[in-house]
Amino acid sequence: MFKKKDIILIAVVLAIAGVMAFFMKIGQGNAGEQVRIIVDGTEYGTYLIMIDNEINIDTELGHNKVVIRNKEVYMQQADCPDKYCVEHKAITSTNETIVCLPHKLVVEVLSNNRAEEIDSVTQ
Amino acid sequence: MLHNDKKTKKIAYSAMMVALALIFSYVEILIPFSFGVPGIKLGLANIVVLIGLFFLKPSEVFGILVTRIILVAFMFGNMSSLIYSLAGGILSFLMMLLLKQLKGFSTIGISMAGGVSHNIGQLVVAAIVVESLNVFYYMPILLIAGLFTGMLIGIVGQRVSCYLKKQ
Repeated sequence: MFKKKDIILIAVVLAIAGVMAFFMKIGQGNAGEQVRIIVDGTEYGTYLIMIDNEINIDTELGHNKVVIRNKEVYMQQADCPDKYCVEHKAITSTNETIVCLPHKLVVEVLSNNRAEEIDSVTQ
Repeated sequence: MLHNDKKTKKIAYSAMMVALALIFSYVEILIPFSFGVPGIKLGLANIVVLIGLFFLKPSEVFGILVTRIILVAFMFGNMSSLIYSLAGGILSFLMMLLLKQLKGFSTIGISMAGGVSHNIGQLVVAAIVVESLNVFYYMPILLIAGLFTGMLIGIVGQRVSCYLKKQ
């Protein structure tokens, strides 16, 4: 059923997954300070996580409602087809993100110390 | 006259494979396979690709694959998901084709590689679309899911291939 090369493949993939998970766990963890919303590669706005807020984003792609409450951020509402963003758990630590793919929207938690973040690819 | 017969037969056969793959996709949509993580699917339609690689020409399999992906996007909603499906499907196809040429991998291994590369392809396109590397946060879980679903599809594919070879 399984051949030798299969086992090597499985081991390599698991190893890569493990290493990535490890480094992401390390890069995370500190309580975040800022919340940044990026739509289609451009910054929509940056907010403080300390201050409760409700942000409505309406683009030609659709509607999203991001809520900041009790130092947490979550997607309260979205009219995208899959609603993965709404189902996502609330985020609090640096580098955590909630993505609404159909609406090309990214909500990320940042710290005031920019050195902690993973760089984003923007154009 | 003979040449036309052969071509017609090939077209009919390919269309049948597309229809089969469509049914697999539809059935999969009916079964809610939700893990809260976007992008985790069983990938039943890939059974057709996997078995096709062993019985048909690569170009034929590719044609069946792309036709199916486009039709599924049109028929079962979601045109916006088209690029992700194409990216994942094509990368998966190329990887499985490569592993088959390399020899030494079992059908299950090939399918697992297909599952993994499908998810990688989708994630890379997602990163490009939202212009953020943060989506790779999902990579570990998608890699493992790819291995697992690939294994399930591979087991089915292996059994069916064995049976077909005896025909």
